[in-house]
Amino acid sequence: MISPFSQRRERLMDLKTQRESKAVQRHAAGTCSGCGAVVEKQALANAAYVCPHCGRHHTIGAYLRLSLLFDPNSFAELDEHLTAPNILDFPGYEEKRKSLRRSTGLTEAVVTATGAVDGQPVVTAVLDSRCFMGSMWVAVLETLTRWVVHAATPGRRLRIFSASGGARMQEGILSLMQMAKTSAALARFSKAGGLYISYLTHPTTGGVTASFASLGDITLAEPGALIGFAGPRVIEQTIGQKLPEGFQRSEYLEEHGFIDQIVPRAAMRETLSLLLRLHRKGGASHG
Amino acid sequence: MAETTRTAAQKVALARHSARPGTRDFIENLFTDFFEQKGDRLCGEDQSVLGGIALYHGRPVTVIGHHKGKNLTENLSCNFGMPNPEGYRKAQRLMRQAEKFSRPIITFVDTPGAYPGLEAEAHGQGEAIASTLALMSTLTVPCVSIITGEGGSGGALALAVANRVLMLENAVYSVLSPEGFASILWKDSSRHAEAAALMKLTADDLLELKVIDEIIPEPEGGAHTDTEGVYRAVDRSLSAHLARLLKTPDCAEARYRKFRAMGGIISAGKELL
Repeated sequence: MISPFSQRRERLMDLKTQRESKAVQRHAAGTCSGCGAVVEKQALANAAYVCPHCGRHHTIGAYLRLSLLFDPNSFAELDEHLTAPNILDFPGYEEKRKSLRRSTGLTEAVVTATGAVDGQPVVTAVLDSRCFMGSMWVAVLETLTRWVVHAATPGRRLRIFSASGGARMQEGILSLMQMAKTSAALARFSKAGGLYISYLTHPTTGGVTASFASLGDITLAEPGALIGFAGPRVIEQTIGQKLPEGFQRSEYLEEHGFIDQIVPRAAMRETLSLLLRLHRKGGASHG
Repeated sequence: MAETTRTAAQKVALARHSARPGTRDFIENLFTDFFEQKGDRLCGEDQSVLGGIALYHGRPVTVIGHHKGKNLTENLSCNFGMPNPEGYRKAQRLMRQAEKFSRPIITFVDTPGAYPGLEAEAHGQGEAIASTLALMSTLTVPCVSIITGEGGSGGALALAVANRVLMLENAVYSVLSPEGFASILWKDSSRHAEAAALMKLTADDLLELKVIDEIIPEPEGGAHTDTEGVYRAVDRSLSAHLARLLKTPDCAEARYRKFRAMGGIISAGKELL
């Protein structure tokens, strides 16, 4: 049964999704930034914002991504409203946080939700690179950690969609400490038998790659995503040479043994559904 | 009593001083019977991470630390203390053995950061650090980390998920170098002194933020001016903390709670926990 409360929640979710659809249409419709082809708005929307000509996966917001993945009416966002203190008293940080909240409609760089995929319950966290490049501010990783701990009940499944530039400089050392915190929570979750699917989207770099994004039981990536620890510019400056074509892209990581499969956006829902089915209690367990 | 008027930038310079005692010095002066263990058993040996088994006051321990080297030849062979994934995987191998043989783990942290190189990426620098963090968080043996020089970002943290994190007075520990910080936020790495002042990277700042547990005092002119004094001070602090940890019933749980609490979050919403 659908309660008035959940109807309202769904409507809010729709509004947020529509807002993000419009944003990505403005950004991507017209000429594709990947191949320069002219793409119709509707064609882009129908293809989940993947260019039908060159396959470029345009960046999409967290709500839009959730709407592509969950069964209708199964989504429930947990509204945490966590904030972190401005420990460095970094000049302009508060103002920047406020203006980003207004422009993206996000209170922070992560949206967490429970929902179902083909009736199979799953806890999902989606990082949104539009908010401080999805960086790991303290509140984001506190939210993630709470969800990991929350998910650590028997039979729970967790998936995290990473899209992040790494640690947030404005929050200094506490941002760094979040890497240890989430990794510790995920290690516990893993010991308790939880399934964690990590899905890497463009871009996943720095401290995110060096912590939770790399700790999945199953690691998937969107085609063409930049995934790495050090940024390409830093590496070029360090080694004094140009990086090869395709370096640190999803395909490169797959070739080097760091991801299970590259899954195009259009196949994501189906793949997740399959993985959840394959991890049903069974196999060698009795009774 | 050391002076308190030193600026953050001056501390950064002292933390990087070439004569500052490094991991090998601490191993030679605080431990006996050191047996070095090389290699990650996968594909390589990374000399920027030095580790092995030793006796500490007669007790077998596993000791691991970043290794910068003392002269140019050494600096080059250990990549100035900037590990590749092989170094972190070697550290993991040693940690697993410590767990197997119930040896406490003592780590010395002194690195500009994990190496940002092409091969490092191809070999999975991110995965290597992430899995080290996850492994260290679950160890049941007592772990003590001592930040002795530069604690540079994730590359430092990977060896510092410890029950106690101690720090030399003039060491620094930060999300990235002041030069990198200035470069990212102001597109101008020459503003590193200003960045250092802002970043809260000194031992005093970090103690206040509860990122570290204790400051180990240094002689007036810095650790390199009286190394014997520094070894004594580190020994005093380390032995006291280790003695307490050896009586702690569940070091893994205690360590989890310690890192779980990091962040100083203000929650204004519905609580999950």
